[in-house]
Amino acid sequence: MIALLRNISYRAAYVWRRNLDVNLVTWQTNFLPPILEPLLYIVAFGFMLGRYVERIAWAGIELDFLTFVAPGMISVAILYHSTFECMYGSFVRMYYQKTFDAIIATPLLIEDVIAGEILWAASKSFFAASIMLVIVSFFGLVEYPSGLVIVLLAFVGGVMFGSFGMIFAAICPSIDTMNLPVFLAVTPMFLFSGTFFPVEGLPAWGRAIAAVSPLTHVVAVARAASLGVLSTAFLPSALYIVAVGAGLFLLAVHLMKRRLVK
Amino acid sequence: MEPILTAANLTKRYGDLTAVAGIDFDIAPGECFGLLGPNGAGKTSTAKMIYAAVPVTGGCLCVFGRDITRHAREIKKLIGVCPQDVNLDQDFSVLKNLIVYARYFGIGAAEARRKAEELIEFFQLGDKRDRKIESLSGGMKKRLLVVRALVNDPRLLILDEPTAGLDPQARHQIWEKVRQLKKNGTTIVLTTHYMEEAAVLCDRLAIMDRGRIVERGRPADLVARHIGRDVIEIEDPSPAALEEIEAAGARHETFAGRTYVYTEDGRELIARIAREGQAGHVVLRQAGLEDVFLKLTGRQLRE
Ligand SMILES: Nc1ncnc2c1ncn2[C@@H]1O[C@H](COP(=O)(O)OP(=O)(O)OP(=O)(O)O)[C@@H](O)[C@H]1O
Ligand SMILES: [Mg+2]
Repeated sequence: MIALLRNISYRAAYVWRRNLDVNLVTWQTNFLPPILEPLLYIVAFGFMLGRYVERIAWAGIELDFLTFVAPGMISVAILYHSTFECMYGSFVRMYYQKTFDAIIATPLLIEDVIAGEILWAASKSFFAASIMLVIVSFFGLVEYPSGLVIVLLAFVGGVMFGSFGMIFAAICPSIDTMNLPVFLAVTPMFLFSGTFFPVEGLPAWGRAIAAVSPLTHVVAVARAASLGVLSTAFLPSALYIVAVGAGLFLLAVHLMKRRLVK
Repeated sequence: MEPILTAANLTKRYGDLTAVAGIDFDIAPGECFGLLGPNGAGKTSTAKMIYAAVPVTGGCLCVFGRDITRHAREIKKLIGVCPQDVNLDQDFSVLKNLIVYARYFGIGAAEARRKAEELIEFFQLGDKRDRKIESLSGGMKKRLLVVRALVNDPRLLILDEPTAGLDPQARHQIWEKVRQLKKNGTTIVLTTHYMEEAAVLCDRLAIMDRGRIVERGRPADLVARHIGRDVIEIEDPSPAALEEIEAAGARHETFAGRTYVYTEDGRELIARIAREGQAGHVVLRQAGLEDVFLKLTGRQLRE
């Protein structure tokens, strides 16, 4: 495990930069969703669903539905952008485009490449969350300065989810088999992590899913940050994200190396 | 002079399959070293070990005096690779491919652009400069792989079938570049299935078969040692012609109805065969590397 870390160098940044260069060419299509998505959510949840669900209680605080849902929506973006970037984006580059094969003939090692890919995925979460944060802030849904924590959370959470996605890129034999982890892991996480309704209201099995779901902890920190109620009560969630993120990162590098090094 | 590369009992296994079965060779600075062999002989596996794309299973491989297993980064910095399979970056144009690839070597933006433009100029790719990779022809992609291998001014260049699928014009352009690089002191490892190419470019070569080196030496020496000077090919030789060949003591073999006669003086022998009234088609030609290759590795198909 230590050897894996020792083989990661600053050169991972060249992989990150490669992916940025690709995305700068197609930036319109990359930046439009994070701008439009929150607006759609605000219309659907705030003005439509919000009419039926008036007040919602979370961590002892009464809030309106839109204020409740905004950090959940940003957390889902953190989950999706990095997970799918590594699951599908990295898989396509590794398997179909042979991009990794080309890069490892240069001074980069395979560990640099995988680290660069995961950091890039985390950056995608970071960009998306930052844009969404700006949009929802216009609607007065975020308290500052604590709301800025979400930007940092997006990157650290992005490393965790990017590593999570990379693990499936490493173990799935083909891109079609990726539907299974999406159905079994990503979708339940999306629904049962306190994103759109409080975890406390779930039946026992739902609470069990929520307890192990990394997204639950991202949502908890994001919501506390956007409401301005961050406290040591959220420290366990923050530690969870850092520890699980580090663990998944190492596992992702290890599994990907096992797949690629023959 | 200290060799630039030394392989000792070099072995590569993929699971149970032994692709390279303990080979020894070394390459002197400025030399063009050829690796020939039938499909699956282990040429690409050997090449990939040199640029650390696959780990060495056994034995020892030193490049620039350093062990590849422990100094992959430093070694790869000085190597240029044209892989057998096209792996250009499909997300970028021709120019951008070269610039991004230079960046992996830590070459700064301005220098990377200058180098890329220079290579595009030399290889006359100006009109393809901004084209996406998918719109290039197969041969053009292969050529671009060779070009890309040069962005870091490598001291050791690995060319794995660089001219497979190229038209004669493009092939000669690559040969010209290889000769020029050699003149400037670049060391080259070349694998190829074109015997003419190996004969023209390689100072020394090794013929591999089933993971082993079966013969090595300078191309002309190998031809002289194994074949002689001339080859006579006879379609359906008459019994009298065969007797004549036997009498001359020339080595010969028959394959698919065609008899190959290896001799030092083909002109004299062919005159005697003609006197015997051989009716079928008879050709006299110079012996070449292909004859050596077929003699040593057999005529059966491999993979
Ligand atoms: N990644 C791999 N996994 C398993 N076996 C492999 C792998 N790569 C190559 N081989 C096997 O190793 C042997 C040597 O292959 P290699 O590619 O080195 O041959 P080669 O001499 O380059 O052949 P060719 O002329 O066809 O390019 C072959 O039997 C091949 O099937
Ligand atoms: Mg090969």
